[in-house]
Amino acid sequence: MSIHQISVFLENRTGQLAELTQLLAAEHVDIRAISIAETADYGLARMIVDDVQKASSILLQHGTILSMTPVWAVEVPDRPAGLAELLAILAKNHVDVEYMYSLFTHRNDTAYMVLRISDEAAFTRALEGTGIKVVSNEDLDLK
Amino acid sequence: MANYYQPEIETASREQIVAWQNERLLKQVRHVWDNVPYYRKKMEEKGVTPEDIQSIDDLHKLPFLTKDDLREAYPSGLVGKPLSECVRIHSTSGTTGKRVMAFYTQHDVDLWEDCCARAIVAAGGTKEDVVHVAYGYGLFTGGAGLHGGSHKVGCLTLPMSSGNTERQLQFMCDLGSTILCCTPSYAAYLAESIEEQGLRSQIKLKAGIFGAEAWSEDMRHDIENKLGIKAYDIYGLTETSGPGVAFECSEQTGMHINEDHFIAEIIDPDTGDVLPEGSKGELVFTAITKEAFPLLRYRTKDICVLSRKKCSCGRTHVKMSKPMGRSDDMLIIRGVNVFPSQIETVLMQQGYPANYQIIVDRVNHSDTLEIMVEMAPEMFSDSLADITKQEKDLVAALKAMLGIMAKVKLVAPKSIARSEGKAVRIIDNRKI
Repeated sequence: MSIHQISVFLENRTGQLAELTQLLAAEHVDIRAISIAETADYGLARMIVDDVQKASSILLQHGTILSMTPVWAVEVPDRPAGLAELLAILAKNHVDVEYMYSLFTHRNDTAYMVLRISDEAAFTRALEGTGIKVVSNEDLDLK
Repeated sequence: MANYYQPEIETASREQIVAWQNERLLKQVRHVWDNVPYYRKKMEEKGVTPEDIQSIDDLHKLPFLTKDDLREAYPSGLVGKPLSECVRIHSTSGTTGKRVMAFYTQHDVDLWEDCCARAIVAAGGTKEDVVHVAYGYGLFTGGAGLHGGSHKVGCLTLPMSSGNTERQLQFMCDLGSTILCCTPSYAAYLAESIEEQGLRSQIKLKAGIFGAEAWSEDMRHDIENKLGIKAYDIYGLTETSGPGVAFECSEQTGMHINEDHFIAEIIDPDTGDVLPEGSKGELVFTAITKEAFPLLRYRTKDICVLSRKKCSCGRTHVKMSKPMGRSDDMLIIRGVNVFPSQIETVLMQQGYPANYQIIVDRVNHSDTLEIMVEMAPEMFSDSLADITKQEKDLVAALKAMLGIMAKVKLVAPKSIARSEGKAVRIIDNRKI
């Protein structure tokens, strides 16, 4: 089960990120994970939020350009080699990761990685029987 | 049944039009010689007298008037009637220097409004229509011209002026505006706002008459699709009274010049020689019926082509192409001629909004061209690689069209100032 990610276009200008987060803060939207990708002239923020409908409608009302993408959240043991083991399995099965970033949780023994995968079928097959858990919106308490 | 406001004039035979032009030109040259010392002096310097002008074939003997002449004669040195007989002035915004001030007698206002009425009827207007005039009112000719034309046709006329978009939309919905008159960039902005607010089903627009700015065919299609209308071009300059000098008919393949009031020539902008029919060059107008501001051979700086091909609408007056650029809007960047309309065409073809700004600068003695482009929802995704690829495609398409490299800068939507009057498309920071 994939989860929803919101990506937002950011102009390269002082205060853009502050404005974005303030918009969400004002409506009590919790940002669970955020990652920024940038070029010299613009950037984009990818986010996992607790209420994706609410967040997107707030942002659209303010004229923000955004897109919604399904991404995968995977449980990773919070110890050395936790992430390396996951990526080794994907590499062995020729699954490409477009990008990834980490997700905050309240639990302390587990970390989560958000992954953007182009070949989702291969990804699901690769994880079968490995004991690596893909988590859902419900597991993360996301609406 | 095609729609004409003055059928006997708009569909007159070529011979009839030439007969009118001959008669009116001779009378006008005499009027100017007698009443406009500034132009008389120019004629004398060229050794031309009114007797030398026996028909429109002698037109080329007359000296040109340019914007520089208008500045030199500012404010009223080219006026052909005592100010006591004038009833109105209009003026340019003065964006390229000193203002141009144009004067009108009641006769001039009447003829101008007739021209605008022809344009409204050609766009399908009848007395049943509600004409929404969102051109600026005041010194600018746009509001007054279409307003007067709409009155002549007998339409319910909404003198909205430009700006206050919320009010525009409210009146449009509440009064059922059927014909929208404004600048194309404001039409595009209104179309966007209508889409955003989900008002499409509540508007009754069927046609738009858009002018005072350069706009591309792609922009026309975009506005037509978004508003569900037919979009007609209209042409004019404050110097030649305002909008309505030429207007588009249902064929949408150029604008009929009102030849009973204006004689059009195409000249080589460098030599001033009159070019043969069908050539591309600078458009020159001679006003043959205006009393107060009777400009002879006024150089418009607009580059276009004239066509006498038979038009399916039945009108017989010559057609001018959309201006392909203004010779003074034309940018020379690293020695290459660049027209903003070319950039607009590429943006629309690549899926970006036609709201852009061109910034020209000079760094280390070399010109730089940067184009600010607004990001559009259709062009955005979570993948930086995809966005960058589209941006590269845009740069390549611009290079192919312009012949030089342009740097593209993607900016947030609506961050480039929208024009409620004229858009500021070019910022030239070069100190040459």
